[in-house]
Amino acid sequence: MEKMNVQKAAANWKFFMAFVRKEFHHIFRDKTSMLILLVMPILMLVLFGYALNTEVKNSKIAVYDPSRDEITRAMVEKLQINNYFILKKVLNSASEAEKAFQSGEVSMVIVFSDHFYENLSHGGYAQIQLLADGSDPNTASIITTYATTILSSYQMELMKTGKIPYQITPEIKLLYNPSMVAAYNFVPGVMGMILLLICAMMTSVSITKEKERGTMEVLLVSPMKPLYVILSKAVPYFFLSLVNLATILLIAHFIMHVPIAGSLFWLIVISLVYIFVCLTLGLLISTIVDTQMAALLISAIGLMMPVMLMSGMMFPIENMPVYIRWIAEIIPARWYIEAIRKLMIMGLGFSAVIKEFAILTGMGVVLIVISLRKFKIRLE
Amino acid sequence: MSQHQSITMPEDVVILATDLTKTYGDFTAVDHISFEVKKGEIFGFLGANGAGKTTAMRMLCGLSKSSSGQAWVAGFDINHQSEQIKKRIGYMSQRFALYEDLQVWENIRLYAGIYGVPEREIGPKTDALLHRLGFEREKNSLVKSLPLGWKQKLSFSVAIFHNPSIVFLDEPTGGVDPATRRQFWELIYQAADRGITVFVTTHYMDEAEYCDRVSIMVDGRIDALDSPGNLKKKFGAKNMDEVFHQLARGASRKG
Repeated sequence: MEKMNVQKAAANWKFFMAFVRKEFHHIFRDKTSMLILLVMPILMLVLFGYALNTEVKNSKIAVYDPSRDEITRAMVEKLQINNYFILKKVLNSASEAEKAFQSGEVSMVIVFSDHFYENLSHGGYAQIQLLADGSDPNTASIITTYATTILSSYQMELMKTGKIPYQITPEIKLLYNPSMVAAYNFVPGVMGMILLLICAMMTSVSITKEKERGTMEVLLVSPMKPLYVILSKAVPYFFLSLVNLATILLIAHFIMHVPIAGSLFWLIVISLVYIFVCLTLGLLISTIVDTQMAALLISAIGLMMPVMLMSGMMFPIENMPVYIRWIAEIIPARWYIEAIRKLMIMGLGFSAVIKEFAILTGMGVVLIVISLRKFKIRLE
Repeated sequence: MSQHQSITMPEDVVILATDLTKTYGDFTAVDHISFEVKKGEIFGFLGANGAGKTTAMRMLCGLSKSSSGQAWVAGFDINHQSEQIKKRIGYMSQRFALYEDLQVWENIRLYAGIYGVPEREIGPKTDALLHRLGFEREKNSLVKSLPLGWKQKLSFSVAIFHNPSIVFLDEPTGGVDPATRRQFWELIYQAADRGITVFVTTHYMDEAEYCDRVSIMVDGRIDALDSPGNLKKKFGAKNMDEVFHQLARGASRKG
């Protein structure tokens, strides 16, 4: 009896591996699948990391500096030290500012008051005006913030050297992302999205494809256990998502210079849990619908949209209305992205993500139970 | 263990159904059908669309559970021993069911593996099969490049590759021309000669003539069951088409 069981297990393992091989054939012989699986993640990363960049570099500025003294010249120089600003034009009068904006030559104009140094050293008060193009309020607020930060840090320097009297200046400090590099925010989000896409969408589409073609029926009539059929569908996507995870991390770290501040080990562990959750979501979808198109639509609209809009990837969850926040709570990606932010960017340890870890694990268990049940019911 | 729910059937009976029924809510898809199929027989399972033939066949194959009644396939109870049954049957669905993006030999290998054909036998048997079909040159072709008639022949050959006692064919010849259909039936005869029982659903009445016995389902019931010759005599008809139309006239479900 024992020996028979061993033989049976060996035979089952062989079927299973034969099936996994078959799945890889399906994927590698289909150009569209290959494109989605290997190129899309990189494309998304680049798109979100660079193209939708909220970071502003090389902004062109103009300066109107009637006092032309030591301090004003130093300030303009300071602005240009980092790559944020390029001095494009020196204006001869304040009224030229408008022309400079309208021609689109510059996105910010800096106007110093007359006798800037004199006023500052004697009266302790001098004026700088930062003019920015408000038709693009995002960019305008970002570059003025940069400029203010640079100018006030210069002011601090001056105070230390004792050239000007003591003065309190408001300090703006951005935590965790001091230079406001946008890629930091997008990388965890893109990871959450790509893994969901690969695991849930591709798995559900490949299972419904077998239903559409009628091959699923033939498999269900065969002695092969339905569980193996389903698992063998998930295995290739599991491995491919590991490849994607590695690709994203490598590109993010070495090309976009996103730090991996925390533990790489826990980063991978929690990614594995998330991949599992996504795979079970894919299985669940495939038990509900019968066509590839339906699987695709549910994955795209039912999974991708909420992830993009409500996972905190683009818009902060704290700013959402209460009932939307409730929905956000049940989106697995929301917890994953949160955990990745903590581990990768804030550099916190595992103890900081225990909550996220537990929630994701719980979701995975619930989903696998539901989808296995549903799959069985279908056969009855 | 195997005595469980099993009955003593005559040696030569491979399928036995008694009052087999399937209901979906108020709708009775299959209504207390009883019949038997003998070993080596080509048994035609006829009926208009919606008459319940596919549902009945799905119950026999273990794809769907019966609501009431009993049936035995290859000596095993469909309600409790479907795992045993699955090892002993072959199945070809009406939708052509090979993998289009796998090569001919990869498809054969995959299904042979699923049905537990020993590894060392698969290679020689595959070559012999391809030789018989005249497909040697297509061994490494992707299935999607084959014409429909070839795919169906291949699909059938794959369904009986593991020498099942019974093969279930669900409208296997849909969409092919009469000449190809005749070639396909040649394969069915060859299989029957090897002792494989063939259970085939069809709505081509010329194909009904090729069967040893046929049953005709109307509204979920079996209204006639006999050899084509006897049925024609009984209904005073020239061919099976007329027999079928006389019976189908009384149907309340229209396909």
